[in-house]
Amino acid sequence: MIQTSALSRSQTDLPPTTITTAIPATTSTTAKTARPGEIKIAARGLDFFYGEQQALYSNDLEIAANKVTAIIGPSGCGKSTHLRTYNRIFELYRGQTVRGEVLLDGRNIFDADCDQLELRRRIGMIFQKPTPFPMSVFDNVAYGLKQHYHIGRSELAEKVEMGLRQAALWDEVKDKLHKPGTALSGGQQQRLCIARAIAVEPEVLLMDEPTSAIDPVATARIEELVSDLKERYTIVIVTHNMQQAARISDFTAFFYQGRIVEFGRTGKIFTNPDNKQTEDYITGRFG
Amino acid sequence: MKTRSLTLRRNTNRLVSLISASAALFGIAMLTWILGTVIVKGIEAINWDFFTELPAPPGMEGGGLANAMVGTLGITAMAVLLGVPVGLAAGVWLAEFGQQSKRAEAIRFACNLLMGTPSIIIGVFVYILLVLTTGHFSGFSGSVALAVIMLPVVARTTEDMLILVPGALREAALALGVPRWKTTLDIVFRAARTGLLTGILLAIARVGGETAPLLFTALNSPYWPESPGEPTANLTVTIFNYAMSPYDDWQTLAWGASLLITVSILGTTVISRGILWHRSKS
Repeated sequence: MIQTSALSRSQTDLPPTTITTAIPATTSTTAKTARPGEIKIAARGLDFFYGEQQALYSNDLEIAANKVTAIIGPSGCGKSTHLRTYNRIFELYRGQTVRGEVLLDGRNIFDADCDQLELRRRIGMIFQKPTPFPMSVFDNVAYGLKQHYHIGRSELAEKVEMGLRQAALWDEVKDKLHKPGTALSGGQQQRLCIARAIAVEPEVLLMDEPTSAIDPVATARIEELVSDLKERYTIVIVTHNMQQAARISDFTAFFYQGRIVEFGRTGKIFTNPDNKQTEDYITGRFG
Repeated sequence: MKTRSLTLRRNTNRLVSLISASAALFGIAMLTWILGTVIVKGIEAINWDFFTELPAPPGMEGGGLANAMVGTLGITAMAVLLGVPVGLAAGVWLAEFGQQSKRAEAIRFACNLLMGTPSIIIGVFVYILLVLTTGHFSGFSGSVALAVIMLPVVARTTEDMLILVPGALREAALALGVPRWKTTLDIVFRAARTGLLTGILLAIARVGGETAPLLFTALNSPYWPESPGEPTANLTVTIFNYAMSPYDDWQTLAWGASLLITVSILGTTVISRGILWHRSKS
């Protein structure tokens, strides 16, 4: 474990505090929630397989709490694959397997005693295409809440409003709460999905290219939203758009062919990367 | 290089168009003929008594097929209750859980075989299974036979409709911490609901006109249906019996029943197609 937590400084380049407060890989059952800046999620020696085909090679990555971490890299490099291990959503598919560890507040999410449903409440996910459920705007947000909490009618309405407000959608939909969620515009649908995800009070939000199916104006709103949301949530965002990564993230990981080539502060990655491949990708020489 | 004759190519094109057009016309003409005859002959039988009275004995004036209508409705309704839930469950398993596994492929193959099995075979099967063992014909055994016919139709259309639901929607629900079974029932079913309804309606239309399986199971009866445990009057076997009879008024009733059943099945099919069309538009 000493080996894995002592990632080479040059590769991780996390601020000193995150390194020193790195949580041991094996912890007691009384793991506490990471404070801002501390390590919220840590991937350790993570391998991933689609059947026989290996897609990730010993990924080590530390996600700081209440920061935005961007994952960039060319198509097929394993960005989404990596992200999809954090909430174990890949387990839906036959033949997709993982090796290694992902620690959430120091506890391995692949352990038998980790409850998948509770894990997914704590780690929400936003997808590439907006995925409103085939129900009303209100029910879209209420649905997840009702799954996880015993909740009265008035409190439910309150929580739904809070979720929609946090997702900066309330003012636009307060008069059409009972219209179908699919009737909203693409950008509104995506914010509805964000409202739905944050209504269940998660700690982490995973965003898998959340703006790639959305027009530039709506994209700007979501980027703004991401910056607001990191006050309360730890955010990991996969993006194809390097300007986006540069604009909104605190840390950036560059993936290439299933490996994490470079990870560090976004400012450094984009202005003075250590690695030649990172530089080539960022300057648009490939990818 | 010599150019091929343009005239020849144009004429070939005309000839092929002509052949396919006349083939289509032939099919439509047959349909019109059948429908026209059924309507013209059937309309004579349609009156108040037809819908309210029991059949009259041969030689007596009047009489209707009210008991057969009630019987057909009852047998079909019970078949829906038996066949649709099992078919839905099978379709869900194939689409959501079995996917490309060997077992799922085997079940898909079995479904296709069952769909291709002549309905009379299914009738005989249920005859041996239920009629011989209980010692008498019954409406219930008729429902079982129809349910067996519906099962593969519902299972395959359910599977097809569920596969159309984008995977991202499933993932979105699961990523919210919703268990798999709830995701399927609450989200996937809801997204596919019109398709599922259409599948069920088409399956009903499929069995609505079945005669052979009922001959071996529900048989027929000149009385009101009283319990599912006894031979039950139904339209299709009535058509079979009355059309073969030497009595003119019975034959007229058979035409009336044919019209009724044709219109019902046509109606069901049109409604289900309409739902699909409406959905694809919106």
